[in-house]
Amino acid sequence: MTPLLSVQGITKRYGAHIGCADVSFDLYPGEVMGIVGESGSGKSTLLNCMAGHLRPDAGSVVFDTRGHGPRDTVTMSEPERRMLGRTDWAFVHQHARDGLRMGVSAGGNVGERLMAVGARHYGDIRDKAVDWLERVEIDAGRVDDRPTTFSGGMQQRLQIARNLVTGPRLVFMDEPTGGLDVSVQARLLDLLRGLVRDMGLSAIIVTHDLAVVRLLADRLMVMKDGHVVENGLTDQVLDDPQHAYTQLLVSSVLQV
Amino acid sequence: MTPSSEYNFAYLDEQTKRMIRRAILKGLAIPGYQVPFASREMPMPYGWGTGGVQVSAAVLTPDDRFKVIDQGADDTTNAVSIRTFFERTAGVATTTATTEATVIQTRHRIPEVPLTEGQILVYQVPIPEPLRFLEPRESETRKMHSLEEYGLMHVKLYEDISRHGHIATSYAYPVKVEARYVMDPSPIPKFDNPKLGDCPAIQLFGAGREQRIYALPPYTQVVSLDFEDHPFEASKADHPCGLCGAEDSYLDEVIVDDAGGRMFVCSDTDYCEARRAAGHIGKDAA
Amino acid sequence: MIDLSNVSKTFTLHNQGSAVIEVLSDVSLTVAPGECVALTGASGAGKSTLMRMIYGNYRAQAGVIRVGGVDLVQAEPREIIRLRREVLGYVSQFLRVVPRVPTLDVVAEPLRAVGVSSDEARTRAKELLAQLNIPERLWSLSPTTFSGGEQQRVNIARGFAHAYPAMLLDEPTASLDAANREVVLSLIEAAKARGAAIIGIFHDEAARARVCDREIDVSRFTPGLSSGSEAVERYNESAA
Repeated sequence: MTPLLSVQGITKRYGAHIGCADVSFDLYPGEVMGIVGESGSGKSTLLNCMAGHLRPDAGSVVFDTRGHGPRDTVTMSEPERRMLGRTDWAFVHQHARDGLRMGVSAGGNVGERLMAVGARHYGDIRDKAVDWLERVEIDAGRVDDRPTTFSGGMQQRLQIARNLVTGPRLVFMDEPTGGLDVSVQARLLDLLRGLVRDMGLSAIIVTHDLAVVRLLADRLMVMKDGHVVENGLTDQVLDDPQHAYTQLLVSSVLQV
Repeated sequence: MTPSSEYNFAYLDEQTKRMIRRAILKGLAIPGYQVPFASREMPMPYGWGTGGVQVSAAVLTPDDRFKVIDQGADDTTNAVSIRTFFERTAGVATTTATTEATVIQTRHRIPEVPLTEGQILVYQVPIPEPLRFLEPRESETRKMHSLEEYGLMHVKLYEDISRHGHIATSYAYPVKVEARYVMDPSPIPKFDNPKLGDCPAIQLFGAGREQRIYALPPYTQVVSLDFEDHPFEASKADHPCGLCGAEDSYLDEVIVDDAGGRMFVCSDTDYCEARRAAGHIGKDAA
Repeated sequence: MIDLSNVSKTFTLHNQGSAVIEVLSDVSLTVAPGECVALTGASGAGKSTLMRMIYGNYRAQAGVIRVGGVDLVQAEPREIIRLRREVLGYVSQFLRVVPRVPTLDVVAEPLRAVGVSSDEARTRAKELLAQLNIPERLWSLSPTTFSGGEQQRVNIARGFAHAYPAMLLDEPTASLDAANREVVLSLIEAAKARGAAIIGIFHDEAARARVCDREIDVSRFTPGLSSGSEAVERYNESAA
């Protein structure tokens, strides 16, 4: 089987400081990978390098494109990379307002990616937007409301709908449940799990919340000071951590 | 009136006019593309047509006959000021007749009488960037133009329909030029949009404050953006002109008393006067 | 079906003076289809550890753990996940679920994961919940608020929803009343009858005698069974 995403030797420096160093892994279709580590461990830098938001100093990010098979997205042209960004890739930001157009209605937010890839039938776009609002448990009656009138959890769900409407194959998520109430988090996690399974999505989730990865991720990568210190099956890494840092991380979580 | 010898021909110095002409030529070569230029301070405030005036100054020759319209009218303050400005600084002949003019500077209208080869129409543009409504970053909008990422333009139209049930944008209606660049046609009513395409005249757009020039060479393909199920419509008030009876011209609504009385008259004063001179009479004509 | 050879396990506690604790060494065992094998031995002998290793939850330091042809010691995460989805079931002592998900969906989920339609999966889930005497009014609620015994039965229903060819059962009859214990034992017998290879931990001797074909005393794989074992037990508890 061809990996959906093959990351080789990704390195990013900020001057003398290391963002992330020599990260390599393969992600297969349908796999959900979590990346955990404390603030400054390089997990967000890595995510942004993979998603094409940052240019790595070294390494390749090979994606199995629909049309042309495996292609290095680091060296492909910017138009191609941006096209991937609104078709086969999705990016869910920690703060919904970074991923939404706050001055545009919920329907317009969901419809944007459709229009960006050429949809020109208003009725169809709107039907699809309504369908997606319902899938993320937002009342269809809110389709013409702006996200500024939504709660934090609703905004995050709207952001997810906006990202998934074009049927991407790979979703990057940066702390998708950060800043939400615990009960709202649970609902969002449940929703994400269902969508990932039903759509057969692959996903890379950056978080510092071990409960989130236990629920969502098949496998886990632990980062410290820009380096991957451990990776493997999620429950194996969490229940039988091998590296000193992972043991510290796991034992630091409060038991409820 | 004789030209004042205090000024270079058409006010701007020759180097500046050459710079502007280079921008115009580049704009003509890439229809719909916004060319940056070093806009000069003009003896009028921004918003009064400084972009159009600089473009006019760069294209005028002593043999030209110059017309200025503001919202279709030759006799408003803005039109009169700019016409007088070029009478004094360039000494060119002026006219109010569309058919006689070789260079027409306009604010917010395209004349009703079809333009012909050899004529130049100069538009005053307040905001040249059609994507600005939804994307405030210039760096990003330039990238969107260069990569032809125009989905956002339809988001604006989508928002219109979702809020009003139809595309409510009635002026500055976005167009796509030669199937490439999305362009803001300046705040002309969308009634005028069909006249932009396949036009025999040269059309130049000048934005002074934003320092951009763009252009449509003669017979350029210009298509108004729309949805399959909400096609573009060039609408106007559903009345004949109260003065000349014209059924096919763009109309202004005029309040005539303080009791709710109103009338609809041609916004293009030259067109209306020419029709009345030819004997057409509307129902409100005194 | 389940085949272990020369498996060993140590824990290195980096944050406690890098203590190295040998838990199991040189484990070899085989379980055939249709066979149920009980793991026995004193508390701390490593029964749960061994079971977790067979499930891929703990990492073995040496040896081969082969289930349905896949070596869990060497396998990539995605191979282990596929194995767990299709081949290897595990009924643990604790129910771990996403909050807010209704009991019916918790039980149906393993079937949905192998591609069974939503309706069919729910029908099977209802059968199992009814069989295990979970009142129907609870089916639409999340099991997170249920009593210990109810949670355990939901856990068993979930574990038996899909007909796994290999199963690991950790105290499946603990904290159950006589009637439900009987249901669980009949589920195990039915699984054996359809050819599942089963490894179980049963403190309940009568249950063990009824469903298990043979016993393996894990303490014979435990080096020394000395000072380390208590630390391991503590460690296991904190990790669980």
